[in-house]
Amino acid sequence: MAFDPLIAVHRFGLGPSPVLAPPRDPSELIDEATVRDPFARSHPILTTKELVALDAAYRDRRGQVRKAEGQAAKDAAREAARQVSTQARDRAFQDFRALLVRHVGRPYGLSERLVSFWTDHFTAVGSGGISQYATAAYSNDAIRPHIMGRFADMARAVLRSPLMLNYLDQVLSTGPNSRIGQRRKGRGLNENLAREFLELHTLGVDGPYSQDDVRQLAALLTGLSLERGKGFVFRPGIVEPGAERVLDRLYGGDTLEAIDAVVDDLALHPETARHLARKMAVHFVSDTPDEGLVRHISSRYLASDGDLAVATAALLEHPAAWDPVRRNVKWPIDYISSSFRALGLEAAQVETAGLKDVRTLAVTPLSRMGQPWRRPPDPAGWEEEDTSWVTPQAVAERVNWAMRAPVRLTAELPDPRELLALIAGDTAPPELRFAVDAAQNRQEGVGLVLASPSFQRR
Amino acid sequence: MDRRTFLKSGLIGCSAAASPLMTPITLASAPWEGRLVVIILRGALDGLDAVRPWGDPDFVPLRGELLGRDPDQHAIGNFFGLHPGLAGLVPMWEAGELVVAHAVSTPYRDKRSHFDGQALLEAGNGGDPFQISRDGWLNRLLQIAPDVETRTAFAVGRDRLHILAGPGPHATWSPNTALRLSPQGAQLLELIYHDDPLFRDAALQAMDIIEGIEMAPALDDDTMEDMEMMATPSGPTGRVTGEVARFVVEQLRLDTRIASFSINGWDTHARQGPQITRKLEELSRTLQLMKAGLGPVWGDTAVLVMTEFGRTARVNGTKGTDHGTGGVMFAAGGAVRGGQSYGRWPGLGEADLYQGRDLMPVRDIRAYAGSAMRALFGTSVDDIEKVIFPGLDMGADPGILR
Repeated sequence: MAFDPLIAVHRFGLGPSPVLAPPRDPSELIDEATVRDPFARSHPILTTKELVALDAAYRDRRGQVRKAEGQAAKDAAREAARQVSTQARDRAFQDFRALLVRHVGRPYGLSERLVSFWTDHFTAVGSGGISQYATAAYSNDAIRPHIMGRFADMARAVLRSPLMLNYLDQVLSTGPNSRIGQRRKGRGLNENLAREFLELHTLGVDGPYSQDDVRQLAALLTGLSLERGKGFVFRPGIVEPGAERVLDRLYGGDTLEAIDAVVDDLALHPETARHLARKMAVHFVSDTPDEGLVRHISSRYLASDGDLAVATAALLEHPAAWDPVRRNVKWPIDYISSSFRALGLEAAQVETAGLKDVRTLAVTPLSRMGQPWRRPPDPAGWEEEDTSWVTPQAVAERVNWAMRAPVRLTAELPDPRELLALIAGDTAPPELRFAVDAAQNRQEGVGLVLASPSFQRR
Repeated sequence: MDRRTFLKSGLIGCSAAASPLMTPITLASAPWEGRLVVIILRGALDGLDAVRPWGDPDFVPLRGELLGRDPDQHAIGNFFGLHPGLAGLVPMWEAGELVVAHAVSTPYRDKRSHFDGQALLEAGNGGDPFQISRDGWLNRLLQIAPDVETRTAFAVGRDRLHILAGPGPHATWSPNTALRLSPQGAQLLELIYHDDPLFRDAALQAMDIIEGIEMAPALDDDTMEDMEMMATPSGPTGRVTGEVARFVVEQLRLDTRIASFSINGWDTHARQGPQITRKLEELSRTLQLMKAGLGPVWGDTAVLVMTEFGRTARVNGTKGTDHGTGGVMFAAGGAVRGGQSYGRWPGLGEADLYQGRDLMPVRDIRAYAGSAMRALFGTSVDDIEKVIFPGLDMGADPGILR
């Protein structure tokens, strides 16, 4: 089992495109993920700083609604607040379009797959107000810069992100013996982030930690907080005083450095290495991955002090990663962007799409296929099991997409036989070849190719 | 598309006899006669507005601002009355087919987040601090029940229904899903899915369900007419809820025994009056539609209506209410022991309220759901307390079903 350009672009990228050359070797995939985002300047995504400013403006205006005297004044204030949230919502659609531009425009797509994988690893969801639109900024600022960097740096950035601090309730956590905790009764520790950090983000659910470790880590994480208009702040006034013991190591000083230290240690724990390695193998290769592949990624990760570039290279260099049988079923987001690519769409066509088209051709279908945009079900993120995605409802929606979306996406549908050659090379099963020849028109032929397991499995 | 077209295709290499697609659709047998439907009201229904405790002297002073001008109290029993939006349910109450359980809650307390509240309501866990399991409580019922098949249980609509998520067999469907394929396209799809069981079986089930909807054989004209009359709640969500409820009715008349769907839009922080009236009318029509549509099997049916938590006892500064604790639950159907309210009334005095602000919960809502499962499916208390609702102490069975 060795490198194969078609497997490479299906399994580790976003699928073949008639206008983009497939990779010649794994190093080309790695290079794509290593270079700075080439769309950063032309298609900027809202920054966390801008988001924090929008959030502050929105809250201020909501405050005006409460203070306003009389119905007319209240209505005017409400309208002012609504303008900010509309602005944020439109911006979120633009950001989603900017993401699709990257999905279509990157030569292979490994970079975007890694952004999506690690964003899901550190799942955070906004609720209400402006925070519901915060996913793009979070992913772009906390995750993207680190996909080929140190895992610990990514985790540190996540723990400074407004979206995560809100989502897992860190903003509610106050050291009971801190200055503020002593003054305001009824406030105390919230363990949510500490627990998920151990269970989901680092050691894994079967990892060697106890409820005491959760409690101690929760006490250690106090201080991570937010300020309106400013975003992340470290507040000494809510820090639980004294050192905390996590996995038999003491972290003292009551500072942000102590938090960074525990993050670094947890990132390099062998159980974390194993947990991350297994998750990568499951996500990219198979729901039941080869143990040798998991061990290889894990040991390279540890040997490189938690370098994700090394872990990613380890994934790509192991023979089990090149199993010619394509197993994993694409997530809906990848199904949609890989269809764009297979139909020959280019970045320029996506960037000129109206927001209404973005909605009808991407946002709504995603939701119907079971992966509503920016709303994963819980802190564990989207399901990895193929059976979660291949339900009657979801398959019907994917078939409908395959049959109906292409004519709306491109003025000239590809020849179904050429499309088949593009996505399957010489590995197309005979039934699929027959079906494509037998299709009564181009639209149905293209639909069958996109609906086929050969296109949906990677 | 027509499933039989899909099945009849005799294309290369897949003889009809060998085709696993030939599974007949309606020969399946159901494990029980009882039908359980769980409707989740997302956004936190204001229980004190929906079922008004006129008999409590503290009620009118607290809630006068929200009581509107309707002079009729729509009395159910001599203590409670229904909100005018639910007036259509008074006959159901009088027929003994509607149960009200007031001042109920999940074990969730204090943070009052919709997200967590709904997650816990559907996960069915308890414990402090609570843990939210990845599977839902209805799914755990299916995991331990004998003879269940995919179509025994349906999660219906676009919303994700955590309550049915998990390894127990169940189907998910959104009724306005179509599969738009030409007959030939359908044959070719069968061909390309033939050797991939996961895609093949899912596509087969999709066609099964769609065919079931298209044929809708079980409903006679009178029933259809009754349902049409009921099925036009105002507004866009009303239309969707109507479609969902009709689909649930059709499935329950066949082999389906468990179904769940949600109705959104209960978060009434401001100008609650008009919003909650529309939503309650939608709920009322939905229940009446189900009664009309279920016809002969209504007698075997219990529809539980639950929400994540109640709302504040006091009205806020914007003629609405904020997130609270104790709420109300309904159970409707021919199988319920209705025409009565269940549970002790905790009172609305300052000292009676939870944290001085919310209706005090007096009973775990899971005990009522457990009671329904015992009566409908013969589920044991042990399974209810250990598997379905870990950590629940059922206590005395409230006996809300006949």
